[in-house]
Amino acid sequence: MSGAVIEITRTTGDEAETVGSAAYEHPLLVRLCHWANAISLFVMVGSGLQIFRAFPSFGAKIPQKDLLHWPKAFAIGGWLGGALQWHLTFMWIYIATGLIYLGYEFFSGNYKQVLFTHRDIRGVWPMVKHYFFFGPKPEVREPYNPLQKQAYTTVIGLGVLSVITGLAVWKPVQLSWLAWLMGGFHWARLWHFLVMWAILGFVFGHLVMVILHGWNNFVSMLTGWKKDPEY
Amino acid sequence: MESEDSKPDAGKPPEVDAKSVAPDTPLPESAKPEDGASPTQPEPGPRRIVGIDERKLTRMSRRELLRVAPVLALGAFAVPGLQEFLLKKGLGFSDWASARLFRRGHLAPTFSDAEVTPFDKFPINGYDVDDPGVIFENWTLTVSGAVQKPGDYRLAQIQTLPRTRQNTRHVCVEGWDVIGRFGGARLSDFLAMIGADTSSRFITVGCADDYYESLDMATALHPQTLLCWEMYDKPLTREHGAPLRLNVPTKVGYKQAKYLTDLKVTNVLDKVGYWEDQGYSSFYGL
Repeated sequence: MSGAVIEITRTTGDEAETVGSAAYEHPLLVRLCHWANAISLFVMVGSGLQIFRAFPSFGAKIPQKDLLHWPKAFAIGGWLGGALQWHLTFMWIYIATGLIYLGYEFFSGNYKQVLFTHRDIRGVWPMVKHYFFFGPKPEVREPYNPLQKQAYTTVIGLGVLSVITGLAVWKPVQLSWLAWLMGGFHWARLWHFLVMWAILGFVFGHLVMVILHGWNNFVSMLTGWKKDPEY
Repeated sequence: MESEDSKPDAGKPPEVDAKSVAPDTPLPESAKPEDGASPTQPEPGPRRIVGIDERKLTRMSRRELLRVAPVLALGAFAVPGLQEFLLKKGLGFSDWASARLFRRGHLAPTFSDAEVTPFDKFPINGYDVDDPGVIFENWTLTVSGAVQKPGDYRLAQIQTLPRTRQNTRHVCVEGWDVIGRFGGARLSDFLAMIGADTSSRFITVGCADDYYESLDMATALHPQTLLCWEMYDKPLTREHGAPLRLNVPTKVGYKQAKYLTDLKVTNVLDKVGYWEDQGYSSFYGL
């Protein structure tokens, strides 16, 4: 699996010295899917919120009690028809990216780097203590720590749920069994909305961590190479 | 750089340590040893550390960065002109997929009378006026196109067809939904009555308020697609489209035109529908 640490050497004349280390953490397909997904997720959320603006409620139409008025400036599409065009176009990119990513992770074995398993359970609480309660930093042995694995595994599951709930909203008749599983079209629409907020919650935490972990960590999602990893 | 001691395999025999870059590590193509990327660096002592030259790593990183660049192709969606084209293609693809998903024998869910939304809570959704002032005594449905018996059909004639009543969900493109009780004749029965060529691709309808719509033939022949003259077991009220409207539980609300005046069987659509022609989905099957 990825993440083996290699020494970086600098040669001057006959002298060679070690100046750091690097690990190849993110295979090309993972990086491509990450950025394609970042773009399509941005469009799906933005256009989804514009669609939501057309009926910003999960109750009855009569009488209509609005849940919140999402500002148009933070939405994509300009009007309901435009937002639907964006949503029904980018959903294919979003789904394709997800399938390519999941297929690659499965067949390459790269999922071992990210999949949260029972072995990671013990390591979650020490990481939580470290991040939120000034606890000591647990030893880092691999690219993702247990808490990261838990977060990434969860958000991949949320991504799958966003597609499933979305299909139930889009096709409540042809996929009536799917809508039925969610309590019918009306509830499927609410689940779809809630899954979006859960994903946005992850994105917020993710961005905070990216900022906290600095440049080398950010660059690794572009080049695959992480300089001076902590393990 | 961390000390060697902090590595998991520190202290292991040298032959194990030499594999600290495991041969099965999936390095990028550009990082394969034959590329000269990983010159083994002799060091004093038993330990042989596999390393990579600093400049080589920089070059490799740049190459890997360029390989991610194809994602920028999505930027085409930000280019005016191209954007409209691409979104139209995307929506068209969704419509194509929707038509493939449609199964003629698959029924929309039906509901018990207790689950039906009360009549006064069923929204009245007109694009223009709630009452286009149809004079019922003079009303006819004008049939044209690929049919054996074109002409004007009175409501009483249409009502000689078997009546179907169904409690089905009405889903608006805006996102709200209600369960209504609808009654009328199957459109497929009416198409048989007028001798329609059902190998044609579309049904188009015109309305008293100048609204217009179209249905694909598969949907028109669906057993739950009604020429509807009743809601809640009473004749249609004017606001709900009297005297005749479409009720299509397999389609979104805007397909379910009210105040019908014209019906045509055709292979060619010069217009799709009032909302569709402004950018909404042409098929929008649920």
